[in-house]
Amino acid sequence: MPFSMPNLLLASMIIPLIGALLISRLDKKPNLREAVTLLTAFVLFAVNILIYLQLDFSYADAGTNGHFTIAEPIQGLSVAFSASPFGSMFALIASGLWIATSIYAMGYMRAHHEKNQTRFYLLFAIAIAGVMAVAYSDNLFTLFLFYEILTVSTYPLVTHAGTRDARKGGRNYILILMGSSILFFLPAMIIVWIVANDLTFTQGGVLDGNLDAVWAAPLLIMFLFGISKAGLMPLHRWLPSAMVAPTPVSALLHAVAVVKAGVFSIVKVVVFIFGTDFITRTNANDWLIFIPLFTIVAASLIALQKDNLKERLAYSTVSQLSYIILGVLLANKMGVLGAGMHIAMHAFAKISLFFAAGAILVTTHKKNVSQLAGLGKQMPFTFAVFTIGTLSIIGLPIFGGVWSKWYLVSGAIDFTGPVITYWAVLSALAISSMLNIYYLLSIPVKAFFEPAPNDQAVGIKEAPVACLIGMAIPTLMTLYLFFDPSLFYKLAATLSKVY
Amino acid sequence: MIEQITILLVVIPLVFAPITALFKNNTAAWSITFLVCLVCFSISLYMMLDVIDGKHVIYELGGWRPPWGIEYKIDALNAFIALIVSGIASITCLYAKHSVAREIHNDTIPLFYAAFQLCLLGLLGIALTGDIFNLFVFLEISSLSTYALISMGKNRKALTAAFSYLVLGTIGATFFLIGVGFLYAASGSLNTADIAVRFDTFADLQLVETALIFMVLGIALKAAIFPLHSWLPNAYGYAPSAISVFLSATATKVSIYVLYRILFDLYPIQYWVEMLLPQILLSLGCVAVIYGSYRAWQQIEMKRLLAFSSVAQIGYMIIGLALINQNGLTASIMHLFNHAVIKSTLFMGAGILLYRANTTDLGSLRGLGAEMPWTFAAIVIAGLSLIGVPGTVGFITKWYLLQSAVESGQWIVVVTVVVGSVLAVLYVWKIVESLYFNTKRKLHIQHVESGDSKISTTPATMAIALWIGAGLCIFFGLNTELSFDAATTAALSLLNQQG
Repeated sequence: MPFSMPNLLLASMIIPLIGALLISRLDKKPNLREAVTLLTAFVLFAVNILIYLQLDFSYADAGTNGHFTIAEPIQGLSVAFSASPFGSMFALIASGLWIATSIYAMGYMRAHHEKNQTRFYLLFAIAIAGVMAVAYSDNLFTLFLFYEILTVSTYPLVTHAGTRDARKGGRNYILILMGSSILFFLPAMIIVWIVANDLTFTQGGVLDGNLDAVWAAPLLIMFLFGISKAGLMPLHRWLPSAMVAPTPVSALLHAVAVVKAGVFSIVKVVVFIFGTDFITRTNANDWLIFIPLFTIVAASLIALQKDNLKERLAYSTVSQLSYIILGVLLANKMGVLGAGMHIAMHAFAKISLFFAAGAILVTTHKKNVSQLAGLGKQMPFTFAVFTIGTLSIIGLPIFGGVWSKWYLVSGAIDFTGPVITYWAVLSALAISSMLNIYYLLSIPVKAFFEPAPNDQAVGIKEAPVACLIGMAIPTLMTLYLFFDPSLFYKLAATLSKVY
Repeated sequence: MIEQITILLVVIPLVFAPITALFKNNTAAWSITFLVCLVCFSISLYMMLDVIDGKHVIYELGGWRPPWGIEYKIDALNAFIALIVSGIASITCLYAKHSVAREIHNDTIPLFYAAFQLCLLGLLGIALTGDIFNLFVFLEISSLSTYALISMGKNRKALTAAFSYLVLGTIGATFFLIGVGFLYAASGSLNTADIAVRFDTFADLQLVETALIFMVLGIALKAAIFPLHSWLPNAYGYAPSAISVFLSATATKVSIYVLYRILFDLYPIQYWVEMLLPQILLSLGCVAVIYGSYRAWQQIEMKRLLAFSSVAQIGYMIIGLALINQNGLTASIMHLFNHAVIKSTLFMGAGILLYRANTTDLGSLRGLGAEMPWTFAAIVIAGLSLIGVPGTVGFITKWYLLQSAVESGQWIVVVTVVVGSVLAVLYVWKIVESLYFNTKRKLHIQHVESGDSKISTTPATMAIALWIGAGLCIFFGLNTELSFDAATTAALSLLNQQG
């Protein structure tokens, strides 16, 4: 049967690689090369939809939906894949937004006269293959493997410009991501293996009954800092560093695919390795919650001071990622649900923001917030997109972001830990929403309402049409998701089914 | 049929080495050597597949019955070592063609290949023979040819390196011979199996204990076990590239194999456990790992860095041996293979850099990685294996080593492995940094005739050999069937020798 689940899963990883192979042969024919990229993105999305349609929602954990093993280097430790609703959600978002990014990149890369565009598209496709493998990992070992491959394959994209700054950013990128994963993630994984003798993602976790309650919190800390793609402070520096990359990379990889692979891994570890019950019972989360809380507020405060638009967005991402970590660390039904949904909602909103930032860069070559005054009249579409993205991130109605915030706050209210933690969570959520309004909404306000400086170049127009189409897709999705979030609700809800 | 084939492994190089020396044509000499290596490799592979499930093949030399005659006894361990040696020899030979043509004086090239075959013969002989005096003979054949090969290095320091290796190697061999003599005096036999069977009848003699100490010391010198490693960095650092590749992957490994044979086959385990040998070896292994890694980190020359890293890696093998349990021994034997693959790849990479840039000084290689992305990528893959990143061969060994250490409660080993890995990250990073991240420096290429374009490209054979190595690093990291089965069978047979 050609469309059986294992075949589809395999296809989801191989299709981007085939696309990459074709792209590498088409160096001399840019039109055809980009057509291939787009076609690959569409086929991949279709495959992910087929996987979604065949999902069996009664199982949230791995090993049930089309499980298959590629290799088993160590007895009981295999490189295996299977579809879970949560993984399917991540794959759908990443592959869906790859379409938008490909369209956007066509306009952006040409208008910006980037060099080595073939290498760019090639590595992009490989990175997407890595993301698919992370999404459909059946166990922690497989996830770790492709987590590392994702780091390595995105590294040349960060240093794409080849300048001194780019090298320096890339150095930060690889040192922090690889270093932390080898220092913390790998030993933590080995500890889990030694304690539980099982790394498969299992509903309710594998550690319950195997690990002494005292050690739950230290082990969890190792995972939280080991998976530094999730950008917890103080290991968040790589994300602003990675902003030297071309905008499509920042947009898809460093607002969606790579960082979400980080939080995705953390959610997987918390829900399917520890088990939320185990965490609640051992009180491992009582004080650990302060790590994401601190990150949420501190990153927002840093974002306030950043004048470089992309860096400001990067710090906003750091802050938003910690919402997800916060949600899952609350370890109750609503919190986990909110975390799952926030992966989706933040993805659509943040990619719109990055697309808008890139559009501004490509048409006006302006990188800083302070230079944007008055641009709103010349680029109304771009700033409309930016405004919608901002409002969704703040969590205001008629935009999708409201739902994930809703569940996150519900989760915070349901939290049963120490009172001081309880109030800290609620106040941090409130403060950071205020800060969001301040540091993000001030940008479109400035563009629309402040008068342009006198030396403003006349005749600035909107970005190339391809960019505009690419921007429109995620923006429309944020609107749509307000009215019908059922798809992501359904996929994320399986995470907290255990209660 | 298979019995007769085993002796061919020794006979073929023995016959062809003098023939090769007679040739004046370099290409012909190379072709013969390559063919010899390939034939040996095929025979080893055939043998390996035959004995992998635990059976023995016995060949009696000249039809004389053991213990009077010399006996070749092939089990999984012998065959595995023979496979490593002949496999690496084939890859090295493929690699050597252009490397040797560049580094060695034209008139001595046929002699070089003759010596190379003799070295191969000696190492294979050590692996196959079941007679300890015969083993000494082969040890000397391989050592003498090694001294000659190292002294052919282009750098004049190669002469002193070869000389100090000659002195120390001879001391080691003499110690070994004294040990064999004592054991012969006590037991009246030179056949391993025969001595082991009748061990109880002469176990009380003081001579037997002295013999063990002499043999272990002699072999420890040849195997460069800390603190007897002082000859190794210079010997590997200044030898011709191809010889660094071959020796780093095989010579010390074969010596460690001899150590297994002495400790597990010749003497009962209980006998040397009472002498506190495991504790001594364990401590030395741990110190070797830390010291070797630390010294490697301090080096500023790539080949010497890799040589010190070998000292550390030998430490891992000794630790695995000293733990005397199933997993530890498996890890140790697998590491023979895994390290052979990793280190030969790295030395091949260093050799290619030497070929292109005429230096392996890390300071002068700055920025060369960007010029040679493929070579650089292969070095990175092998470097990651050396660190022990999952998905590569290095991970497998460390995994089993850790498991074994945890099983036997040797926490010091766990700490050593972790610290050793961190140091490995540092010294591998040092290579990566100078090759890629440091600002480019104009290469000063010497001794090249003007208009010689050969310098600007890597010969295909060298690149192929390098990538075979890098591919194996990944392949055997995921598909461990061959190496794991062979190592397990070997470990089991070693441990169960005396029940």
